[in-house]
Amino acid sequence: MSFQVMLQQLSSGMLNTMGIFFLTLLFSLPLGLLIAFGRMSKNKIISGFISVIISILRGTPLMLQLMVWYFFPFYLFGWSISGWRFPAVIVGFSINYAAYFAEIYRSGIEAIPKGQYEAGQILGYSKVQSFFKIILPQVIKIILPSITNEVITLVKDTSLAFSITYIEMFTLAKQIAASETSMMPFVISAVFYYIFNAIVAFVMGRLEKKMSYYS
Amino acid sequence: MSSEANTSSIQQRVYFEMNNIKKSFGDLQVLNDISISVQEGDVLSIIGPSGSGKSTLLRIATMLETMDYGDMSYMGEKAVSVVDGKSVYAKPARLKEIKKNFGLVFQNFNLFPHYTVLKNITDAPISVQKRDKTEVEAEAMELLRKMGLEDKADAYPSQLSGGQQQRVAIARALALKPNVLFFDEPTSALDPELTGEVLKVIKSLAEQHMTMVIVTHEMNFAKNISDRVVFMDKGVVALSGSPEEVFGSDNERMREFLGKVSH
Ligand SMILES: Nc1ncnc2c1ncn2[C@@H]1O[C@H](COP(=O)(O)OP(=O)(O)OP(=O)(O)O)[C@@H](O)[C@H]1O
Ligand SMILES: [Mg+2]
Repeated sequence: MSFQVMLQQLSSGMLNTMGIFFLTLLFSLPLGLLIAFGRMSKNKIISGFISVIISILRGTPLMLQLMVWYFFPFYLFGWSISGWRFPAVIVGFSINYAAYFAEIYRSGIEAIPKGQYEAGQILGYSKVQSFFKIILPQVIKIILPSITNEVITLVKDTSLAFSITYIEMFTLAKQIAASETSMMPFVISAVFYYIFNAIVAFVMGRLEKKMSYYS
Repeated sequence: MSSEANTSSIQQRVYFEMNNIKKSFGDLQVLNDISISVQEGDVLSIIGPSGSGKSTLLRIATMLETMDYGDMSYMGEKAVSVVDGKSVYAKPARLKEIKKNFGLVFQNFNLFPHYTVLKNITDAPISVQKRDKTEVEAEAMELLRKMGLEDKADAYPSQLSGGQQQRVAIARALALKPNVLFFDEPTSALDPELTGEVLKVIKSLAEQHMTMVIVTHEMNFAKNISDRVVFMDKGVVALSGSPEEVFGSDNERMREFLGKVSH
């Protein structure tokens, strides 16, 4: 198999990997904020429940969580799981990353001085306005470095989708390497992950710079 | 009608009033039966030792904190009334309206760090009061000019000195056109050489008959600018009256307090 063909075959895996990456961010970033609200709820039952969920999501391997998401409809309800593979990957990744993002949001929200809320209240902002106009922009600036770390981890974590044999970059590279007895697919995928991450780091760096207009 | 009869017949309106306020934090009773009122155009200064409950009083007046007992009204409208021996706050929609009557200037400014000076001032009038942007901005620039900060409109708060930040905070409060403006130790977080510029701004507001309630440790300032002074001690109003009456009083606690602050 020529290098060209190998690259061509791998490229569908690359697309799938990027699909996992972007869809996970799309769902987990807002979901994480919701979970953070639950975690900070004044209602002890809600906040206790959420904190248990967060600790389970952060305390068990993502690979295992993916398997659970993939197989549970079958084992619990006897449903067919054909066609569920990709959704299961996205659900598993999104919920897992949302748990990490939730704790990051929470630390950021708790770092905002009480006076900011009080100033908003005195000026007549509604709670929602206060949060989205005054608090959240400051939170984002504070948490951006931690978010960057998670996003870079996510690029590498996408390869865990192989555990439920979802055809992403890494799954494909393994298959081709085995059939062609070649290291090349691994080299190509390493280069791909590396470049992908370099781009992510660059973009996040630009974002951080953009947020540094005030101190 | 003689001019004397004429002046006395012009009743100054009571802009803010609170009666028999009680407040405890756990077992600690911080306010015990406090009553104050402020008339249109008057400046009321509240002085007193640390821990006497001055900030708590302002926080209750500005509804950052709730009272345990008492009543409170702005412009004659009840925000809190006593019903069957209990304090009852007005309905949220009504309270929202009543809250438009006052502003508060904090000790540590609490400007929004991610907004420019201009946006700090204009954002609430635009996004809360839904007023016209160009009009609000023109007014804000005029306020900044009065504060001597017209060249700082595009700066961020962190680029300003404490005195400049506090003047922006005052402009931010004024932009909403409150009837009563509260200050909680507006110069306490400032270096001594910066207090003057802020006090000057407050003094000019007093000259324009802005109705103000000022908690302060600046005794000379309180003496000069106030129409009335309240001396609080251990959660009660120990003395109140004109500056001459209060500062000239031979009340023992007052003398002791003045002795402490002048050193
Ligand atoms: N949220 C709170 N919870 C518990 N205790 C409080 C709270 N806020 C104030 N206190 C206590 O109430 C008392 C009065 O506090 P307050 O801040 O009103 O005093 P102050 O007159 O403003 O003092 P200072 O001149 O130091 O600002 C203090 O003993 C303070 O510790
Ligand atoms: Mg105080």
